[in-house]
Amino acid sequence: MDWLFFSEIGLAGIGTGGLYAVSGLAFVLIYKATRVVNMAIGEMMMMGAYIFIGFSVGLALPVWASIPLAVIVSGIMGGVIERAIIRPMLGENAISVFMVTIGLGSVLVGLVEIIWGADPRRLIEFVPSDPIFIGEAYLSPKVGYSFAVAAVIVGLFLVIFRTWRGGVALRATAGDQAAAYSMGINVPKVFSLVWIIAAMIAAVAGILVGSIGGVSPNMGVYGLSVLVVVIIGGLDSLLGALIAGIFVGLIETYAGAFLGGEYKMLATFSLLVFVLIVRPYGLFGTHEIERL
Amino acid sequence: MRIGTAKENYTADEALFDTNIQRGWMIALMIALFALPFMTGQYAIYLVCLVMINIVSTTGLNILTGFTGLVSLGQAAFMGVGAYTVAIMEINLGTPFLLNLLIAGSGAALVGIVVGLPSLRVKGLYLAIATIAASVILHFIFANWTSMTGGVSGLSMPPASLFGLELVQPDQVYWIIMPITVLMLFGAANLFRTRIGRAFIAIRDRDISAEVLGIRLLRFKLLSFAISSFYAGVAGGLWAYFFRVITPESFPLLMSIFFLAAIIVGGMGSILGGILGATFMTMVPEILKMMVGVLSPIWPDAVAVMSPVRVVVFGALIIFFLIFEPDGLAEIWRNIRRFFHLWPFKT
Repeated sequence: MDWLFFSEIGLAGIGTGGLYAVSGLAFVLIYKATRVVNMAIGEMMMMGAYIFIGFSVGLALPVWASIPLAVIVSGIMGGVIERAIIRPMLGENAISVFMVTIGLGSVLVGLVEIIWGADPRRLIEFVPSDPIFIGEAYLSPKVGYSFAVAAVIVGLFLVIFRTWRGGVALRATAGDQAAAYSMGINVPKVFSLVWIIAAMIAAVAGILVGSIGGVSPNMGVYGLSVLVVVIIGGLDSLLGALIAGIFVGLIETYAGAFLGGEYKMLATFSLLVFVLIVRPYGLFGTHEIERL
Repeated sequence: MRIGTAKENYTADEALFDTNIQRGWMIALMIALFALPFMTGQYAIYLVCLVMINIVSTTGLNILTGFTGLVSLGQAAFMGVGAYTVAIMEINLGTPFLLNLLIAGSGAALVGIVVGLPSLRVKGLYLAIATIAASVILHFIFANWTSMTGGVSGLSMPPASLFGLELVQPDQVYWIIMPITVLMLFGAANLFRTRIGRAFIAIRDRDISAEVLGIRLLRFKLLSFAISSFYAGVAGGLWAYFFRVITPESFPLLMSIFFLAAIIVGGMGSILGGILGATFMTMVPEILKMMVGVLSPIWPDAVAVMSPVRVVVFGALIIFFLIFEPDGLAEIWRNIRRFFHLWPFKT
């Protein structure tokens, strides 16, 4: 066993895991506040990355302007999505809402293919390309910087949740909707806010993932891995998403390196099945008690 | 309910068809199904066969999701199990097709039971995600168990034979697909007149209450999975006889979503809904194709835009029906019928 090789793969795994953690954050945020399982998370990331392409290539804007613009436009889209198709489903059973997000994913994929075509694309290079060494281990700069950005975003959110008024309103809504309502919190507004924020996070995650591996309309498959992450972490736990993200990233990368690329999905989904059987509500999720 | 058909006993209330008019329509439909291959061209028969295969699989999913309330995104993978079973048996053993289809269904049912095992501990969305995991794992097996499944390049199999006659063209395979579809549909419709079917419905409505009433949840949930995957397996077997080339990519996750969409568009928890939904969702791409044919002289890019538009329409249909008509096409159909039954009175 070559320890250097082993630790290099481990670093790459943690890097990938960081991206999973951010995408998982976007997912958990929506689930926590609105109880919607958003199957379109991969597609929302893809949309963000393609909007970035639209600004940086289509309109030839510089990268420092394109990224914020793409994030803002994605946020607006998130708000529109919530208002147009999620709000009417309020109070419907969870499965219907789940299916609506599957439909949404399909619509987003189709729109991207109509506007930008079905071929895979590469994003403009904007990450510095000088290699990073941690000790002796080499880390691909894209993965390294992406991880750094991911860590900053996650940290920022943890702080915002504790301090900002909106963040507190969000936590209150997640805790108990009826109580939050009666304390004067505008719950529908919180729902909109959550979708906007989640769409923005998804856009950042999409741009980061796209900068590493390119983008294509099939990026929705990435959403499946995010689903594994949030299930393992527990659907309503932010901390769970972070830990499970890094864990799944590591497992996936090791499986890919030692068994072969086709084993990546197999490894993560086998892990998912195992967790579902042993601990159905994830590592940190709340176990819901059913009453008649 | 129709005016003037008062039901006087339970047998009449439970009957599959209320009135003689309905029975008459049913007989007319059967005659039409038998006459169809003699009246239309190959392409129409091809579409009818495709619709029927989808109807079998959709009905299976409807039993599981619409009637038992367990969401599954593994239907396509179960179809794959059936298709591979049929192909392997046809290539290696050359057994008669009826036996192959039966074994395909049973094999898929067994896999379904295994996949359904978590259903006692997890439900709703967690279960849906467990079935996604199952379909990813099955896809991996299809693609990597090369000695059995032929790996990524897949299998190609000889046609089915009936009394020494090889069934190659769609209008020949039709004679396998049509009777089996009709049989499976009657089976499904009758299932919900029995104790088992009623138990499924009770579980859907409130599983804890059902348990209190003495329904063993694990047994009936697994039974539902088994029946549903049996339907998928048979549908997969028919699919295999119809196309005769099977690759791991023949049964993607998107196909499972297609079946789920079909029961939503058609109407969950209604056999008619499954039929209407599968027919509608299969025909939408065909209608789009026809529109492209009309549009292409005016707008030359129409062909290129066709495939993404199909994806958008697919998603938009799911969203539209869930928001505006959650009971699906079956409800629309019932409304139309009710209007005519009650006419000239106001509904």
